Amino acid sequence: MAFQSRILTLMTLSFHIIYATIGVGVPLMIMIAQWVGIRKNDEHYILLARRWARGFVITVAVGVVTGTAIGLQLSLLWPNFMQMAGNVIALPLFMEVFAFFFEAIFLGIYLYTWDRFEDQRKHFLLLIPVALGAAASSVFITIVNSFMNAPQGFDVLNGELVNVSPLLAMFSPAVPTKVAHVLSTAFMTSAFVLASIAAYRLMRGSNHIYHKKALFLTMKLGLVFSVATAIIGDFSGKYLAEYQPEKLAAAEWHFETESEAELVLFGVLDGEEPKYAIRIPYALSILAHGVPSGEVIGLNDFPEDEIPPLWIHYLFDTMVTLGMWLAFFSFVYVVGAWRGWPIVTRKWFRWLTVLSGPLAMLAIQAGWWFTEVGRQPWILRGYMKTSEGATTSGQVDLMIVMFAGLYVILGIGTVVVLSRMYKRNPVEKELAQRESVKGGEES
Amino acid sequence: MTLEIIGISVLWLFLFLYVIVASIDFGAGFFNAYSAFSDKQHILTGIIQRYLSPVWEVTNVFFVFFFVGIIGFFPQTAFYYGTTLLVPASIALILLAVRGSYYAFATYGAKINHRGYIYMYGLSGLLLPAALSPVLAISEGGFMRLEGGQPSLDYWALFTSPLMWSIVVLSIAAVLYISAVFLTWYAWKAGDEKATQLVRKYALIWAGPTIVTATGIIFELRGHNPEHYANLLDLWWMFALSFLLFLGTVFLIWKKRNYGLAFILLVGQFFTAFFAYGASHYPYLLYPHLTIYDSFTNESMAIALIIAFIAGLGLLLPSLYLLFRLFLFDKDYVKGKSDYHA
Ligand code: HDD
Ligand code: HEM
Ligand code: HEM
Repeated sequence: MAFQSRILTLMTLSFHIIYATIGVGVPLMIMIAQWVGIRKNDEHYILLARRWARGFVITVAVGVVTGTAIGLQLSLLWPNFMQMAGNVIALPLFMEVFAFFFEAIFLGIYLYTWDRFEDQRKHFLLLIPVALGAAASSVFITIVNSFMNAPQGFDVLNGELVNVSPLLAMFSPAVPTKVAHVLSTAFMTSAFVLASIAAYRLMRGSNHIYHKKALFLTMKLGLVFSVATAIIGDFSGKYLAEYQPEKLAAAEWHFETESEAELVLFGVLDGEEPKYAIRIPYALSILAHGVPSGEVIGLNDFPEDEIPPLWIHYLFDTMVTLGMWLAFFSFVYVVGAWRGWPIVTRKWFRWLTVLSGPLAMLAIQAGWWFTEVGRQPWILRGYMKTSEGATTSGQVDLMIVMFAGLYVILGIGTVVVLSRMYKRNPVEKELAQRESVKGGEES
Repeated sequence: MTLEIIGISVLWLFLFLYVIVASIDFGAGFFNAYSAFSDKQHILTGIIQRYLSPVWEVTNVFFVFFFVGIIGFFPQTAFYYGTTLLVPASIALILLAVRGSYYAFATYGAKINHRGYIYMYGLSGLLLPAALSPVLAISEGGFMRLEGGQPSLDYWALFTSPLMWSIVVLSIAAVLYISAVFLTWYAWKAGDEKATQLVRKYALIWAGPTIVTATGIIFELRGHNPEHYANLLDLWWMFALSFLLFLGTVFLIWKKRNYGLAFILLVGQFFTAFFAYGASHYPYLLYPHLTIYDSFTNESMAIALIIAFIAGLGLLLPSLYLLFRLFLFDKDYVKGKSDYHA
């Protein structure tokens, strides 16, 4: 049943990651907006934080639902794998639960205590544990995933697990780059998603300064985190070259081990020869080792049945292209808005801004599919094949249909409810109600 | 105490906490739907929104804690229970999704108060205990076959088993009873006379079925799993204590006195019964295949998990205290005088 289990895992995780990314990134954005609001004494930023928080409650709730689903599904669909993993990598999974507790408790408190404190700063403090809890939960789960890619901290003796060291297993070589990349992409994506919303409101006729402030703030954050993402992504490439060279080679259609290797972007594969591709000389060697002379191991050095599917090339390229584009685009916007270039308020430019959120989300999907499919045929690299980990139950097909239906409903529900909520209570109306439009300085 | 015992006690304690907080949540949803159905709608809605909305995610984490923790301490359970529970657990997940999305879409969001949604939310509260509790029946043994080394569930035996059905009925009755007793106290604190009367009546109605089915199950076990039955009888004094606590709760509710104490006694009643049941199940996690000893993780992992647990608890307890102080023990909030929702 490995195939069906893979489909269901893929479906649930791809859906969960949308909400999880927002869940990790948006609390930080709310924090920054509220902080700026308190510092500048600007009602707009405070309201921005408040309105984001309202939407955030809804995405969190769906994140909790889908997260619970994937958490239980790991044991339901991969019982053999979880039995083994439970022995070695249960610690971060267990710690993650405490991070959830922490986040859920303080989120409840934060949401239900707006204006309850005299001092705004006290309320702001409540947000710190929310952001920390969300980030910690993604760190812990990413540690589990790192272990699947670079397992260590145990020995296998006659089929038995011995010498287990939970801490060694937790800190596998994949951890630093993976955790950093996951966090920075979550912040980056959340910033762009919020920027998309602000840009969309500006497109739809609302010319309020509130939206302009929101857009400028989120684009600045998007720029910072997309540059960080690209830098960390470069380190991820170096990690792959050292510990999972087959993944990097498959991503780059790199067959012969050689130095001064070129980077291949897109194209189609004809035998072992990429065609119609963009080729960047030396770039692969630089990505892998930092110098043009670096030697990159090719696919022909690996046994046939341990090579990941070659179509992950497109996933890798999609991620990198989108990453480069978003860094470039937000740079143009920030410089343009700062220097007053007229192009940033053009309609086509606004449309591109609206697109940035969905594109970042697409990059997240491409990135995860790339790592996960790129790990094939292993579920635990070098120790357990995916087919050995799967359940033997025959009813997975039915569950796929059931959960697909659920995710469609949850997805549509999120969009409908969020858009209705903001439409019924537009920002102009709320600002008028509060009657304390101080404005703050122009941005 | 061995590491195995510490592990299972921690898990059992958190499962117990989940049973209590989730029962409150599930039952409240059902009562809400029922009053919508009988046109008494607004009596309960306010109370449910004020208490349940801020805490349901925390409730959910107790569940996650249990199924993540059991894989950590007893990894072999993943193999036995993971393989066999695919269908019932997936159904439970869908039902949990109905509840989570109700909070997301109907109470926080655009306030979609479509009746169908309220009914679905209410119904999921009854179906969830029915979907989760058969695990207890399965753990008694006799419903799982090993074919070529792979476990599979014997659905026919399960669905024709009186034991399974009594456990299901008990779980539903208990959910409604626990929830009604809690809500009586909460509504009384909120100073809402009408709501108090309504839920007090529910508490009295569901007390009977709870105790009758609970007793019934003990006798079912005599036929199904004599070993477990004998262990249960050895612990008769704990069940007797539990019964006395039960009488105390019913008495207080009936006399309209001291609802807070009534709820505490109820927690005591379930605590003693739950732990007596758990202790008599010892050492089996699944009769007769799996005990806590042969499924236990390695020693270094066990110690690491226990250390993480203690550290986590140090973080968790103060936070929970803060949460309850704000939403359960704050008079103005409970009475709905202050509304600070974002
Ligand atoms: C907004 C999303 C996003 C963007 C713009 C990028 N990435 Fe990425 N990337 C991810 C989102 C992501 C991810 C979803 O977060 C992954 C999947 C698993 C992981 O650890 O992070 C990932 C994985 C991942 C890996 C595999 C790591 C592994 O398997 O351990 C590499 C080598 C890169 N990335 C490299 C890059 C480079 C060179 C980028 C240049 C700009 C880049 N990524 C942009
Ligand atoms: C790296 C990818 C992942 C990230 C960043 C992530 C992050 C999160 C976050 C932040 C939440 C809280 C809800 C929210 O704020 O939206 C959440 C919920 C959850 N996630 Fe994920 N998650 C990831 C993948 C997974 C995986 C693979 C699992 C399975 C082991 C998982 C299990 C859960 C569970 C069980 C919940 C619900 C917790 C609750 O009841 O409060 N997540 N996840
Ligand atoms: C949240 C972002 C993630 C996404 C979108 C994602 C995506 C995927 C995909 C596409 C597959 C199928 C690969 C294939 O069959 O070719 C897969 C498999 C799997 N993933 Fe992930 N993954 C994510 C994170 C994680 C994490 C953090 C864990 C660790 C707990 C994890 C555990 C698994 C397991 C156990 C499988 C099945 C075995 C396999 O196919 O190798 N995933 N995931």
